[in-house]
Amino acid sequence: MAIKDYLRERFFPHMWCPGCGHGTILNSLLRAIEDLGLSKSNIVMTSGIGCSARISGYVDFHSLHTLHGRALAFATGVKLSKPELTVIVPMGDGDALAIGGNHFIHAARRNIDITAIVMNNRIYGMTGGQFSPLSGPGKKATTAPYMTIDNEFDVVELAKAAGATFVARSTAYHCQEATGYLKQAILHKGFSVVEILSQCPTHYGRKNKEGDAAAMLEIQRDTTARIGSKALDENPGLIPRGIFVDIEKPEYCEEYGKIIERATKRKAS
Amino acid sequence: MKRVRLVFSGSGGQGVITAAIILAEAAVIIEGLNATQSQSYGAAARGGATRTDIIISEEEINFPGVTSPNILVCLTQEAYNQYAAVIRPGGLLLTDSRSVTTAKKTDAKHIGLPLYDTVMERIGKPIVYNITMLGALIGITDIVRPESVLAILKERIPPDFLAMNQRAFDLGLVLGAQYQCRL
Amino acid sequence: MSEKLMFVQGNEACVQGALYAGVDFFAGYPITPSTEIAELLAAKLPEKGGKFIQMEDEIASMCAIIGASLTGHKVMTATSGPGFSLKQEAIGYACMAEIPCVIVDVQRGGPSTGNPTHVSQGDINQARWGTHGDHGIIALTASNHQDVFRITVDAFNLAETYRTPVVLLFDEVIGHMRERLVVPEPGALPIVDRLRTSVPKDVDYHPYLPREDGRLPMSDFGGHHRYNVTGLFHDMWGFPSNNPSVVQELLRHLVDKIDTNVDVITRYKEHYLDDAEYILVSYGSSARSAIHLAKNRRQKGERLGVLELQSIWPFPAELVRARCADAKAVVVVEMNMGQVLTQVKAAVDHPNRVFLANRIDGKLITPSDIKGLLRVIQGKGV
Repeated sequence: MAIKDYLRERFFPHMWCPGCGHGTILNSLLRAIEDLGLSKSNIVMTSGIGCSARISGYVDFHSLHTLHGRALAFATGVKLSKPELTVIVPMGDGDALAIGGNHFIHAARRNIDITAIVMNNRIYGMTGGQFSPLSGPGKKATTAPYMTIDNEFDVVELAKAAGATFVARSTAYHCQEATGYLKQAILHKGFSVVEILSQCPTHYGRKNKEGDAAAMLEIQRDTTARIGSKALDENPGLIPRGIFVDIEKPEYCEEYGKIIERATKRKAS
Repeated sequence: MKRVRLVFSGSGGQGVITAAIILAEAAVIIEGLNATQSQSYGAAARGGATRTDIIISEEEINFPGVTSPNILVCLTQEAYNQYAAVIRPGGLLLTDSRSVTTAKKTDAKHIGLPLYDTVMERIGKPIVYNITMLGALIGITDIVRPESVLAILKERIPPDFLAMNQRAFDLGLVLGAQYQCRL
Repeated sequence: MSEKLMFVQGNEACVQGALYAGVDFFAGYPITPSTEIAELLAAKLPEKGGKFIQMEDEIASMCAIIGASLTGHKVMTATSGPGFSLKQEAIGYACMAEIPCVIVDVQRGGPSTGNPTHVSQGDINQARWGTHGDHGIIALTASNHQDVFRITVDAFNLAETYRTPVVLLFDEVIGHMRERLVVPEPGALPIVDRLRTSVPKDVDYHPYLPREDGRLPMSDFGGHHRYNVTGLFHDMWGFPSNNPSVVQELLRHLVDKIDTNVDVITRYKEHYLDDAEYILVSYGSSARSAIHLAKNRRQKGERLGVLELQSIWPFPAELVRARCADAKAVVVVEMNMGQVLTQVKAAVDHPNRVFLANRIDGKLITPSDIKGLLRVIQGKGV
């Protein structure tokens, strides 16, 4: 299928600003889905609120555009009630780790078979450029006119600690690499987290003097390196990209299936 | 019998609530009567004063609270001190003679029985204390038939513990039978 | 299978009603005095192939049942005051996206953590206006376990019929008290199943275009029709829109689909009402005391009756007006500071004849509490 067969053209043009990284991430995701040959009617995309969350409206899957921070809680209900569906949850940094942080760690702890994508642009874009829990200290934002003093989460470390069984990181610049990770994440049985660094030239870039979209993409290229690479070894200050966790553990819906077996047997006896 | 209002009181963990449920269940499920059972809840599951209200009636029961019981069972002194005054004139007060000393005469028939001591002496397990109490009450009164309670015990108690509970109930029946009265 | 006699708590009567109605997904978070509902469903749902999940909080529980409803399941959550507060944003989502679900609120004393194991009926207005913005909502209640069972079945039926969240407003006394329940044979009570679209595959399906009768046939997630569900104002495809006429039309629909059907939704019972000079309007456990008093006073020749409301929202104003038209006085019996009183006063022809008999100390209002007030109203003194 052509990429546009995965899109709801009726709802275009999209609402993202020129130069936004989110469109590139949508591209990576659709290529992953196409490569995997998944049926559109078997995919539910559940999102929260924010620029990133609008992604669910543009794709021709079952789409559930929910409340700020709660996408994973809705997705848990979708997945557990119909485990044969492929459930993908794109989230922004605020959506996933501020208001939705609790749902994020608990979905990871359960190891429910959902693919969570954290589209990390380090800013609240839709509300006009406030800092997020992924901005980190020393940044400028409309709610940090003197500079942020809040430390940031490391999504990869958090996801690992919370029990996610697949954890990867890439960037909008490395869109083909991202496609590869997304494919693996979707195929992985269990809770998968793919963090993809994205650029918000409108708010983050302008306030923090990172230049236009192209300049910001160059930053993604220059400040990150693959794990195991020579570049990372020589310069540990770079942000590592790659697959950090890929392990097998009992998956929640399958475990619940066993509960059903046990309960129906007990009832029958 | 048109309507009997009961209050079982004691301390948490003595099983007065379980006894109340078994009695009310026997009335409803086996004898086709109406009954309500309610209790006040505290944050702690064990210890402290416990009270449960039971109403058994041939008619519909609306207000489920018991303000003045026909039958008051007190297994601790604290419970007795707290509730003895509200007993309905002409009612029945059943206490454990080991733990309750009655202070003044209430206008009720008072029966003090060595429930706890008998259970410990004959069975040696305090866990069936409440069932002996229930047996004594059924021995004294005719609220429900003993067979009805036994039928509920059979339904509720795991097979391994049924014989012990039946024995505890019989012990109570015998203790109570000597004071048989109609309400 | 024949009918089944049980002696159970009100919370179990609710569970039995939900199972009878076909619940097959429950998400919840423990909170007194509703917890028995979660505990029982944790055991019973997997026995029939259904799913139970204990979520990380009440917000997540509400969200999870909405997700499960969209895949075609009958869903429920249960909570009490503080948890009901947390669920409100997602309840608004279910109103906006028109997703059938049932929320049980076993009321305890509030505000805040309040009086956890003691009775109250203080969430009446929260059930109506707990979530922001205009919307219609259905809230039902009951005063005995047989009615708890039946009204729970009704709640599922109404949720499916109107594609709306339905709140079951029980209270601590009803939830925890044990009494008789007869579970009817399957088929004895009507069950409304989900109305699913007949639009075939590859034909444009409009998930938010009401049929002529106002109903919106659904399509399960995972089926042929892929559509968008959102909490934003949306067009007939479910796609976000801020077109003024789309916004206005949708909001009207959300309110009207409930309010114009108030007569169909209304549930109530009359006790000794025919020639009553004095009328007690009550609901939930406080109605038990009102009925108790009316029964006693009737035996003494007093013309006292009870109008027991079993649906609170949409408020049955016309019913209340008509039944109370000839009353010398109307006494609203409830365990709050007058939440239904306000509605009754607004409904009747003579609001100055409406009084409140309430109790707000965590104890069930007694027949003698009501009798005392009634004597004062009647000019007899205490």
